[in-house]
Amino acid sequence: MKPLTHTEPLHFECETGNYHTFCPISCVAWLYQKIEDSFFLVVGTKTCGYFLQNALGVMIFAEPRYAMAELEEGDISAQLNDYQELRRLCSQIKKDRNPSVIVWIGTCTTEIIKMDLEGMAPRLEMELGIPIVVARANGLDYAFTQGEDTVLAAMAHRCPDSGRAKQQSRTHRDDNDSLSSRGLRSLLSFPVPSTTEQMAHPPLVLFGSLPATVAAQLGLELKRQGIEVSGWLPAQRYAELPSLGEGVHVCGVNPFLSRTATTLMRRRKCKLIGAPFPIGPDGTRAWIEKICAVFGIQPKGLQEREEQVWKGLEGYLRLVRGKSVFFMGDNLLEVSLARFLVRCGMVVYEIGIPYMDKRYQAAELALLQSTCQEMGVPFPRIVEKPDNYHQVQRIRELHPDLAITGMAHANPLEARGISTKWSVEFTFAQIHGFTNARDILELVTRPLRRNHSLQELGWVQLVQSPV
Amino acid sequence: MKLAYWMYAGPAHIGTLRVASSFKNVHAIMHAPLGDDYFNVMRSMLERERDFTPVTASIVDRHVLARGSQEKVVENITRKDKEERPDLIVLTPTCTSSILQEDLQNFVDRASMGADCDVILADVNHYRVNELQAADRTLEQVVRHYLEKAKRQGCLHIRKTEKPSANILGIFTLGFHNQHDCRELRRLLKELGVETHQVIPEGGSVSQLQFLPNAWFNIVPYREVGLMAAEYLEKEFGMPYVSTTPMGVVDTARCIREIQSIINAQAGHEMVNYQSYIDQQTRFVSQAAWFSRSIDCQNLTGKRAVVFGDATHAASMTKILSREMGIQVVCAGTYCKHDAGWFREQVASFCDQVLITDDHTEVGDLIAKVEPAAIFGTQMERHIGKRLDIPCGVISAPVHIQNFPLGYRPFLGYEGTNQIADLVYNSFTLGMEDHLLEIFGGHDTKEVITKSLSTDTDLRWSAEGQAELSRIPGFVRSKIKRNTEKFARQNNLNEITVEVMYAAKESFTQ
Repeated sequence: MKPLTHTEPLHFECETGNYHTFCPISCVAWLYQKIEDSFFLVVGTKTCGYFLQNALGVMIFAEPRYAMAELEEGDISAQLNDYQELRRLCSQIKKDRNPSVIVWIGTCTTEIIKMDLEGMAPRLEMELGIPIVVARANGLDYAFTQGEDTVLAAMAHRCPDSGRAKQQSRTHRDDNDSLSSRGLRSLLSFPVPSTTEQMAHPPLVLFGSLPATVAAQLGLELKRQGIEVSGWLPAQRYAELPSLGEGVHVCGVNPFLSRTATTLMRRRKCKLIGAPFPIGPDGTRAWIEKICAVFGIQPKGLQEREEQVWKGLEGYLRLVRGKSVFFMGDNLLEVSLARFLVRCGMVVYEIGIPYMDKRYQAAELALLQSTCQEMGVPFPRIVEKPDNYHQVQRIRELHPDLAITGMAHANPLEARGISTKWSVEFTFAQIHGFTNARDILELVTRPLRRNHSLQELGWVQLVQSPV
Repeated sequence: MKLAYWMYAGPAHIGTLRVASSFKNVHAIMHAPLGDDYFNVMRSMLERERDFTPVTASIVDRHVLARGSQEKVVENITRKDKEERPDLIVLTPTCTSSILQEDLQNFVDRASMGADCDVILADVNHYRVNELQAADRTLEQVVRHYLEKAKRQGCLHIRKTEKPSANILGIFTLGFHNQHDCRELRRLLKELGVETHQVIPEGGSVSQLQFLPNAWFNIVPYREVGLMAAEYLEKEFGMPYVSTTPMGVVDTARCIREIQSIINAQAGHEMVNYQSYIDQQTRFVSQAAWFSRSIDCQNLTGKRAVVFGDATHAASMTKILSREMGIQVVCAGTYCKHDAGWFREQVASFCDQVLITDDHTEVGDLIAKVEPAAIFGTQMERHIGKRLDIPCGVISAPVHIQNFPLGYRPFLGYEGTNQIADLVYNSFTLGMEDHLLEIFGGHDTKEVITKSLSTDTDLRWSAEGQAELSRIPGFVRSKIKRNTEKFARQNNLNEITVEVMYAAKESFTQ
């Protein structure tokens, strides 16, 4: 495909913000599972509680390490003493569950009644002897996955100072060194540097909540380049938070963590490595390359690794090449996913996104631009704070082959003959790294494959009036 | 403040939205922050609704917090009026935005002036009522609005229908088996020679509400929603209503007899006698009465059960189990605390103890203590049952995707009695079946099959590999184990490490 010459830069628009996304307190659903010794207390109303109950679904029956501190009329009208109430609840939590940390999640309600959670937490922490971290994950300011951003930004303050103690050997060393490298070499045939204790680069802390498996996979990819990950924020356990400070380099794995990035840079004086995100083989390669570049390390075998992964995806790529996709936008992963799909040979008409931090996503946006140019497709229209009603009109006009949208619109669009992929699945599927590129395409092609088989039955338009 | 893990009834605005979105051509606007509109997702996913949910959020963000909604709400109302052309727009806040104490009524009045459609503000206190009470109130509010409007405009002319007819009040979206119950009620009424006049709010049109009093009477199948509207219609227009829930053979008969007396009280109409119809249905058409008499049902006599749910279903179920099937209801309970009086009165003679609570841990503790042979409750009780290994049949909201079956599954009327009998029988019997299988070692066969498939002793899993494997969810673990081992063998590896697992995943083609 010959590249188009794009003279204008990427075009950003802003609509009314009348769109559907999940409340940022939804981050509790995955964070309590990630941080195994935590307890999340959401201070809100029945609306918040009912939402989480439905979002957690059957998980709530397994008695997760989360609860609602439900505000009642007395709390709202300031008749009850907030501190006493929270003390009572937290004492109960300590007695029943004994977590290593209690995370207070502030909501819209606590914002409006100006409950001073940050003021009360340190006092209560001293009284109870359990650390209390306050994160204001509310829908007034944030959308969906940005909830994780507020929690990690708050936790960043609790990470020990790297200056104080030499924490180098705190990194979790896998026991399977030489034997596994040998086995690995025979499979992938490129040399693995010999493992040594001493690091040839400054400490590197990665931030973003990923399942342990995926974190291990990314760590392994970096290890192959001779880069040792000093720690993760969040760590599997609160007690294992990484050390931060001057000289520590940090790099994010998710596009919605701009506040955490800012906190790490400004408050903890870390150096931020800005790279595209490790989603898709192209993103993963660019991410590793950037980290290597910052550390002055020559990456080995990355091109080949990426090529090999792409070869393995050929079956899926055949199904998506030349097809068009429209992102309505709700989980802030849209730019990275769009960039990957463009590289797969798709055309992206529009990227809706709740919020775009152009500095934090700079590298990703640049990669999107260059990918579009190389693949010879027009730049997608990028719409911040979209208007769902107008987007549905645009979808009707454009009739994309695939619409990636939330569950409020997916069924109605399917009933009108538009193939859809519900977007939430990308937040809990494993999509990072070389190994999981296949998972993204599995998700993206599923509606295409399913609807292809229904095409012959004529089950396309399932509403009677032409809407 | 209270520590809450689970709630049986949702927040107030959900009730209002359920009523608003059930009407045809009514649009609801929620004055709420981002994320409060998960109602749209629930309706789309649980009801598998084909149409876009007619609810829009007028987003409350930092600007609104600082400066007030100003023009935003009025603009959104005007915009939806033009885009969707509804008959009515209902504006509702959520608990969060209600604290802002903005003068939403003022916005409604201003928007009304410019809008073609009617605009009303849902009048509900978000901290004092729950989902069900709010739904009841909103339905009454909408009915009242249209009847008073017609009266004001002088176009309210009540002309009773020639033949007996009834309105069904309280069928709405996301209700427990509501759609099926409605179909069954229509069928029942038809067989009684009664026309179904209007069903509200589900599929109802607000422009028709002024004709509600043309029907002879109203039926309120579920106490939780519809009673307020029925009471209003009785007070203002002298319309009698039937609120005996036709669930179970005995109560369905009672309901029919009430309908009979209402019809016979109307002057100038032939008297009806439904006794032979009742008798015919009970003994020959419905299978439930025969089921109670059949011999394998004898085994249920004296078995102990716990019942919990909303007032309507829990009360009916208690009566059915106790007087129609000879099952001992050790405890009957409801989370509808505001209806405690009625509930106690209904179930007192049919159970050993009554539990009124909305705290699921109390219910769980009681079930654990009492150890019934079966539970009949909500999705929460179903999980309590799983934990304690006690079978559970679901008979009430809160709902789950399982409670929206595609097939016809009413709980009311004579077909309902069949469904309930099946549910009861299966709950008790399958529970026993599991125990029998355990006693006779019937579940063992799976173990043998799995073992024989990985007898290769030359393949070793490293400690980390095993740890990684154990992190994989149980239901795919053995498949992944087999595929990884196959990959390892194909590549002449004799130890499976974490890297081998990842490489196997990458090379695995469907």
